[in-house]
Amino acid sequence: MELLLAIMTGILYAAGTYMILRRSIVKLIIGVILLGNGVNLLIFLLGRITKGEPPIIPQDLKHFTDIYADPVPQALILTSIVISFGLQAFAIILVKRAYKVLKTDDLDMLNTKDEDS
Amino acid sequence: MTDNIITYPLIVHLFFSIVLMFFWNKIKVQKILTIIGNFVALAVAVMVFIFTWKNGTHVVNAGNWEAPFGIVFVGDMLSATLILLTAIAGLSVSIFSVVSVINARLRFGFFSVYHFLLLGLNGAFLTGDIFNLYVWFEIIIISSFVLISIGGEKNQLEGAIKYFTLNFFGSLIFLTALGVIYGITGSLNMADIALKIRDIDSQVLIDISAVLFLTAFGIKSAVFPLNFWLPASYHTPPSAVSAIFAGLLTKVGVYAMIRMMTLIFPDDVFLSSLLILLSILTIISGSFGAIIQNNIRKVFSYLIICHIGFMIGGLGVLNVLALTGVIFYLIHDIVVKTNLFLIGGLIYRMKGTTNMKKIGSIYSQSPKLSLLMIVVMFSLVGVPPLSGFWPKISLFLSSYNTQNYWLLAALILGSFITLIAVAKIWSEAFWKNQPEFRLGKKRFIFFDELYTIQKWQFVTPIVILAFISLYIGLGAEHIQTLSVRIANELYNSQNYIDAVLKP
Repeated sequence: MELLLAIMTGILYAAGTYMILRRSIVKLIIGVILLGNGVNLLIFLLGRITKGEPPIIPQDLKHFTDIYADPVPQALILTSIVISFGLQAFAIILVKRAYKVLKTDDLDMLNTKDEDS
Repeated sequence: MTDNIITYPLIVHLFFSIVLMFFWNKIKVQKILTIIGNFVALAVAVMVFIFTWKNGTHVVNAGNWEAPFGIVFVGDMLSATLILLTAIAGLSVSIFSVVSVINARLRFGFFSVYHFLLLGLNGAFLTGDIFNLYVWFEIIIISSFVLISIGGEKNQLEGAIKYFTLNFFGSLIFLTALGVIYGITGSLNMADIALKIRDIDSQVLIDISAVLFLTAFGIKSAVFPLNFWLPASYHTPPSAVSAIFAGLLTKVGVYAMIRMMTLIFPDDVFLSSLLILLSILTIISGSFGAIIQNNIRKVFSYLIICHIGFMIGGLGVLNVLALTGVIFYLIHDIVVKTNLFLIGGLIYRMKGTTNMKKIGSIYSQSPKLSLLMIVVMFSLVGVPPLSGFWPKISLFLSSYNTQNYWLLAALILGSFITLIAVAKIWSEAFWKNQPEFRLGKKRFIFFDELYTIQKWQFVTPIVILAFISLYIGLGAEHIQTLSVRIANELYNSQNYIDAVLKP
């Protein structure tokens, strides 16, 4: 399971970075999304995966006696999913707006010299 | 009542940004409210500063969860100082933006987002939890995305895309670093991490997370190989926006680096030498970029990069003397960089462009304003006894004492080239005769055509910040005392750890 997740994380990072380096703005956003998912998987993986051991202390005990699944990484991932969701929504609107104004989705064309330079 | 005092700056800005949303279409009400809000924030920031000065480091546990488990807000001297500077810069820029930003932009909730930006900045300075720092960073960048793209002009959108991509990428790297550090220490509280990281055997893992953090904060603060987004985007939004970005956004990255370096990775030789190397390259690339530009705002953008190098270099040396220099420079830099971009906006309003080739004879037309501007520019250069001079003594001395001669050379070169850049602006824009130039825009209201009250709204924030710069320079003893105290607090990080974890 860990190995599979590690490989998945690697693939997502690689694919995301590759897509960010592409010239098309739409592909850039896809890259950012892939990379975001890669980061979430990485946090999940580094939080040590434990199966079927919920972090609940039995009623008659004061502390954990067995190993348990760490709930913190899941909280972190949830937060970061929400944040990156908002940012991606903003990015899509920004790109749409930029496409309307600039009439191109090629990043290399974004070098118009403004009159003040 | 005073228990939660350090969280008041957050509450003030949150409150005002929500209230401002209810007056979405009433721009006049928004203008008044935002100035009131920033005055309140300044008053609260002064209170927090005095409170922290008297009582030392103060810790608030959010929701009363004990320190390593819940989120903590830590108000030490560095945080309090930066909150005060944020309030000063925020107030000045809000006065400036009331008159300089056009209504078409203000109608899209400019001021509300502006308060959110200040909220994020204050939060980032206060928090003692590393994931919470990430969340504050996200609040900062999403507000800055809105501010940089509001208005939707062509070059602005181009700048916004570059700015967005790099900053979002930086956040993802930050999150990666955070995941790695949680994986090796099992904690998110900075003080707790600082304790636990000492027991980690594998130096490689520590270095990996350190370099990831350095990359993330390096993108935010425009350190050498990651700096190209800054000059590509900072000159595109309205001057008020780029002023607050220049003064505070890059400095949040520096602040985060200072915290990381002093608290979590204090004895990391690899990281220190890497920082010194990066600082030399940052100074060189920033300063040489500055002297070839013709647009005044682009010159200032490159100078930001150059002076980030000064602080990173001092951080790489990492002793009390160097940290004193870094803190003093940070205080000086926030005030002076904000003011420089406001001056850029004023020059734009006077001439209709900030291209040095197309403007001239500002000195003969308005000598008083020129005098004001030259005080700020000389403060930037560090002509004694103005404010840029004093921190350089500490920085030069510490790099000389620790045999970092290359760093010393870079610092001297950086100061010298800053002087050349400023002299170039002075001779081109102020002394040279106005060249033949017809403005392309039809309905442009020049500075001379404004009402007197509007003129004052343009000039007042510049005057306020110039006086603060003068105070930092002429009253250097006070600032030096403050910087030494902060540097000692940072260097002896055990006090911070004890204050948070209460052993």
